[in-house]
Amino acid sequence: MGAIPGAVPRKVRAGLVGWLLLMAGLLASGLAAAVDPVELEDPALQARYRALSHELRCMQCQNQSIADSPVGLAGDLRREVRELLLQGKSDAEIRAWMRERYGDFILFRPVFSWRTAWLWLAPAALLLLGIGIAVRIVRQRAALAGGPDIDDETPA
Amino acid sequence: MNRFLLPVGLFGALVVVLAIGIGRAPQKSVIPSALLGKPAPQFVLPQLGVGGQFDSRSLRGRWYLLNVWGTWCAECRAEHDTLLAIQREGRVPIIGLNWKDEDGLAVQWLQELGNPYASIALDREGRVAIDWGVYGAPETFLVDAAGTVVYKHVGPLTAQVWQREFLARLPPAAAGPARDDAIGPPGAVGALPGGTPAAGPGPAAGPS
Repeated sequence: MGAIPGAVPRKVRAGLVGWLLLMAGLLASGLAAAVDPVELEDPALQARYRALSHELRCMQCQNQSIADSPVGLAGDLRREVRELLLQGKSDAEIRAWMRERYGDFILFRPVFSWRTAWLWLAPAALLLLGIGIAVRIVRQRAALAGGPDIDDETPA
Repeated sequence: MNRFLLPVGLFGALVVVLAIGIGRAPQKSVIPSALLGKPAPQFVLPQLGVGGQFDSRSLRGRWYLLNVWGTWCAECRAEHDTLLAIQREGRVPIIGLNWKDEDGLAVQWLQELGNPYASIALDREGRVAIDWGVYGAPETFLVDAAGTVVYKHVGPLTAQVWQREFLARLPPAAAGPARDDAIGPPGAVGALPGGTPAAGPGPAAGPS
């Protein structure tokens, strides 16, 4: 909508604030009613458990983490994570354990390997390409500066 | 004219990328198995029908299929006739991994539809399925005589998939009628009330 905050009439603004509060409330209630009611006794382990289950993909639903998915397999995978944590496994070991079985796809943050290199490098490559194009355009326009109008039809 | 070269080239590249993406769309949801070329996970589970434990080590030295199924899985019903046909063909035994199911329902299912399995391991807690990287039934693994996972198919098996992906990978040596008596517990099938009668001895010949 592109509205500028200062330009919003007071009444509308109050409505907007109420709406935002409502949305925030809904979001919070969603978090409170999380899919996973299980808590580990040790708060440190619980924190690691939370973090790990948010970075492992639910293979059935694919765009949810196992922490967010009510699907049976996600529950089973959470159980495995808890048990591995209680066995004293490190985060890296648990990720490797999952990767052995389900491949790179289970990690929302894939490891860097020759197969995933394009995934990691493509954004940087595209950024460089974009900068290069922008620099070229700016230089062209700078060369034309002084003319009355920058004409798109000017041959390169 | 030169100024059109870049946009047209970029457009062409985009077309190629999108065409590849669209062409591969049907397989998009199928995630390649991390186990291909690796040793098949070992397991010991209770088995359906004959009682006792099924030990995957009894499969050593043979090609076999591991079929992951459950009575809650609609697509498993769709592939059942194909499994029965594979069992009749007799080239490889099918080991069933009954995934997070109820034993009673599983028995009922096999009585109703026929039993294509040489043995059925009961993975009630879903732990073995995780070791195999299973994420949705039905899934079917082909394991060679050295115990290496050769191929995995996700989704219902069809005659075409069987021919194209499985038969093509089986060695000629595994051809010929290697009936159920080649596999550990032949009694598994016969012992199931109403199941397809198995060739070979009765339930007495369980796994060692």
